[in-house]
Amino acid sequence: MARKAPDPVQIVKQRRDAALNALVGGVPYISFMGIGFDRRGDELTGVLSYDDKLIGNPILPAIHGGVTAAFLEVTAVISLSWAYIWEDFESGALDVEALAAGNLPRLPKTIDFTVDYLRSGLPRDAYARATITRAGRRYASVQATAWQDNKDRPFAQATAHFLMPRPDHSSD
Amino acid sequence: MTLDKAKIARQFIQTIPHSSALGMQVTALGDGMAEISMPYDERFIGDPKTGVIHGGAVSALMDTCGGAAVMSHPDAPAGTATIDLRIDYMRAATPGQAITARAEVYHITRSVAFVRATAFDDDTAHPVATATGAFTVEGR
Repeated sequence: MARKAPDPVQIVKQRRDAALNALVGGVPYISFMGIGFDRRGDELTGVLSYDDKLIGNPILPAIHGGVTAAFLEVTAVISLSWAYIWEDFESGALDVEALAAGNLPRLPKTIDFTVDYLRSGLPRDAYARATITRAGRRYASVQATAWQDNKDRPFAQATAHFLMPRPDHSSD
Repeated sequence: MTLDKAKIARQFIQTIPHSSALGMQVTALGDGMAEISMPYDERFIGDPKTGVIHGGAVSALMDTCGGAAVMSHPDAPAGTATIDLRIDYMRAATPGQAITARAEVYHITRSVAFVRATAFDDDTAHPVATATGAFTVEGR
């Protein structure tokens, strides 16, 4: 049986990057915070670029606990949404051009979010990755970890639960 | 808390770079209780389809308000840091409306302050989110 030839590398990269840009670039708060995402295949790393407006304790100085929480939450939501749409845009069922035009799928809703602050956030860039520990049809559990200089010394960790969007057939 | 201490604490909180970047205003403060308001701002939108504010901004508000409540407590001599914070999101905040968080220290020891917080928009009968957290008590 003849197999379909795989897409050329630049087509694959372009499609994935366009889907990621559509997901991230459409959210004003993510731009406000200066959060970006690095992609290796389907693996995402959130990058929080340091800025003075992220400071919560000017004396230490340290990043605001709310910034740390928000960074972990953004990483968790984007990673979950990314995993949720991955199959559909890889197969072509989800049109990446429509995504880029702002026709985004509905986003998961946060039910609850718990952050552990392990160390104070230093005034420099931070990184975060999320792991989906359960991806159900209605509910999902996600864990996220953030670090700065040394990945083995995280400065914060989070556990979150999300309500998954109901699959919509119309584009409302 | 004396008026002077309240005034200093209020100014201190409003000069925190991130809190001022989010436009937070202290509306009440004292004796382990704090109320802080955050205006609606299109830059804080988390869902562009609905215009609802991102949960992260609500987390930042809850964290600031919890920390402010601890710092205003008579038994907390100096600064504080968050140990952990759990936020439950009850409903989406109504676009266009400010979000106000109210936090109280319901128990404090020599080293830990336990805090509860609730956030509302204009509909004060139905909370947008609630939070519980543990904060350090520093400076003794």
